[in-house]
Amino acid sequence: MTVEKFSYDNQIVKQFTIATVLWGVVGMLVGLIIAIQLYLPELNFGIPYLTFGRIRPLHTNAVIFAFVGNLIFAGIYYSLPRLCKASMWSKFLSNFHFWGWQTIIVLAAITLPMGFTTSKEYAELEWPIDVLIALVWLAFGANMLGTIIKRREKHMYVAIWFYIATFVTVTVLHVVNSLEIPAGILKSYPIYAGVQDALVQWWYGHNAVAFFLTTPFLGLMYYFLPKAANRPVYSYRLSILHFWALIFLYIWAGPHHLLYSALPDWAQSLGTVFSIMLIAPSWGGMLNGLLTLRGAWDRVRDNPVLKFMVVAVTAYGMATFEGPMLSLKNVNAIAHFTDWIISHVHVGALGWNGMLTFGILYWMIPKMWNTELYSKKMANAHFWISTLGIVFYAIPMYWSGIAQSLMWKQFTPLGILQYPNFLETTLQIIPFHIIRSFGGLLYLSGIILMAYNLMKTAKQGKFVKSEEAEAAPLLKEHDSIKRGMIHRWLEKRPVQFTLLATVAILIGGVVEFVPTFVVKSNIPTIANVKPYTPLEMQGRDIYIREGCNTCHSQLVRPFRSETERYGEYSKAGEYVYDHPFLWGSKRTGPDLHRVGGKYSNLWHYLHFEDPRQMSPGSIMPRYPWLLTQTLDTSTTATKIKALRSVGVDYEDGYEKFANQDLVKQANLIADDLINNGVPAEWNKDVIALIAYLQRLGKDIKGNQAK
Amino acid sequence: MISKYLSSIEGISIFPVIGLIIFFGLFIFLIVRIVRLDKKYISQMGNLPLENNNEIKNNNEIKDETN
Repeated sequence: MTVEKFSYDNQIVKQFTIATVLWGVVGMLVGLIIAIQLYLPELNFGIPYLTFGRIRPLHTNAVIFAFVGNLIFAGIYYSLPRLCKASMWSKFLSNFHFWGWQTIIVLAAITLPMGFTTSKEYAELEWPIDVLIALVWLAFGANMLGTIIKRREKHMYVAIWFYIATFVTVTVLHVVNSLEIPAGILKSYPIYAGVQDALVQWWYGHNAVAFFLTTPFLGLMYYFLPKAANRPVYSYRLSILHFWALIFLYIWAGPHHLLYSALPDWAQSLGTVFSIMLIAPSWGGMLNGLLTLRGAWDRVRDNPVLKFMVVAVTAYGMATFEGPMLSLKNVNAIAHFTDWIISHVHVGALGWNGMLTFGILYWMIPKMWNTELYSKKMANAHFWISTLGIVFYAIPMYWSGIAQSLMWKQFTPLGILQYPNFLETTLQIIPFHIIRSFGGLLYLSGIILMAYNLMKTAKQGKFVKSEEAEAAPLLKEHDSIKRGMIHRWLEKRPVQFTLLATVAILIGGVVEFVPTFVVKSNIPTIANVKPYTPLEMQGRDIYIREGCNTCHSQLVRPFRSETERYGEYSKAGEYVYDHPFLWGSKRTGPDLHRVGGKYSNLWHYLHFEDPRQMSPGSIMPRYPWLLTQTLDTSTTATKIKALRSVGVDYEDGYEKFANQDLVKQANLIADDLINNGVPAEWNKDVIALIAYLQRLGKDIKGNQAK
Repeated sequence: MISKYLSSIEGISIFPVIGLIIFFGLFIFLIVRIVRLDKKYISQMGNLPLENNNEIKNNNEIKDETN
């Protein structure tokens, strides 16, 4: 038997590891800043680039794609070659992947604070960066599949299936959700509008959680947990079931983000059904992880790596039980738009992703530097600090979410809203936000402690740049599919496996999308809903630039407590010109879908200058720059053309006259403001934004008998 | 108590039916397949990550290794 020599490249793992820790600190620091801004709005120092609406997406992108993303790649580049008994397929692709990914992160860190955003959650980056993401992601996929094809181990271990599913699904998600028409170098409009855009976005958003924060981490769990515990996974059979059930079910559940929205009812129900079913594979996976430690629990006591992993897997179980519960309509009615959801995602992010990341790093770094962990004591301290951090984070947020929601819904015995002023409910939960930021601070301190510990570990050891290994090559064999052997046959064949996994994830998406896109009756049109005027369109883009949708929804749900507070509930037909949809997912401030005509132009003007002069105690940031920045009207024609190409009914050639209409409408608002004693000019950003806000909900108001 | 809340969900009666059919079909199929996998193979696969990477092995034999 001939034996081939090859090596495992630790250098690329090291690079991704350093990036993980570095971006982790940055992402969590930004998170802490925005958490404090929620009770101390002045913390943006009056700088546009540091306002909540702009840097909240920076926080989410940084922790998801930079912190968790880099760890995924570090873990895959470590485990995949070892499971395949082969070097990574291409060193060039490894390096291209690493530097490409870091470039994307840096571009995100620059463009998001500058206000270049698509507004679609976790997909905020503008189209040139989207293209770069696609390229880098494909490089990663090619490198991974190449390695798998060139492997010397006949069978693909379950971790590899999770990696493959991650690659194919994220590819599909990213491409479908990023279909957009450019209107300038850093501006684009999605080809979908309103309800369809919402459905695509939350199919994406949900599955970004599934296939970026969950499946790759499950793959890592199936590799690193047995490694750390030095025993095989509890049940390999269960892991097969876990895999197929999870990837088949997960993709359907996206619409649970849109319950009680204008999305057709059948699609909402479908989302709920599949979410409930997801409990089974999720808990199967969690139990498989925990039971791997059966008979070895004594080791958990003195092994920090296992401690982190146990809490991670437990948090995975909690979050995947809570998720299906939240997708029940009656629970969702209370939880949606509130801090409860923030708490839910942080149990997942801090508990599952964060703790597993720490466990993996504490295990992998000493191995690669051929040494022992510098300080076990410090790692134990980190464990307790982060666990307490999660507790201090999650509990106050559950409390505040439920408290605020119940206040929104509270009626007096006379049948009127008990807290008609939204601000009252905001002020009520501020103490919880203060405690939450303390939890965040603890968690951040923990990761800094870890960084120090790992640096010391690396210093005392000697980095093994390349690990030599040898194995016999794979012999060609010709076996056919035998009864009961389908799976064994399949997981020897990565290409067929990849295709089947792709089919499994596509079914759910197709069943949900096709009817919503094809069946007209799913989105009843409303005759007097008209496209935005050029000024309103520009105002809408300022709304997107400032990230107003981060804190304000545009979706009145069909509850009496909401129709009393905001007005008529939102209809699917109202959004047909909304590229992108701006429903939002969190009500830090009130809903704005019916705000048009509710306040005077003057009120809005003064409110942007300083929200607290109109609403004492408001936590909205000041936007003084909107009053002084000149509106860029040079983009109007390009934008009108781009919007027409995605289906907005602007007449041919209208782009030539659009700016005339814009000036006319702007002057009306400016004159009104001047008459009311403020020195407004027609060509400022604020005028366009006021025009947009005053338009919101007007179409349908005109529909009703006045 | 619970049934009161559940019955307030619109169209809930169809949920379990749809859920059951898809869930049941898929899981029965998978479980049958998985149960029929052979024991040696399962134990070999489970031990894959634990193998010493420098160990020379003949890939074309199923290892009979139990933990």
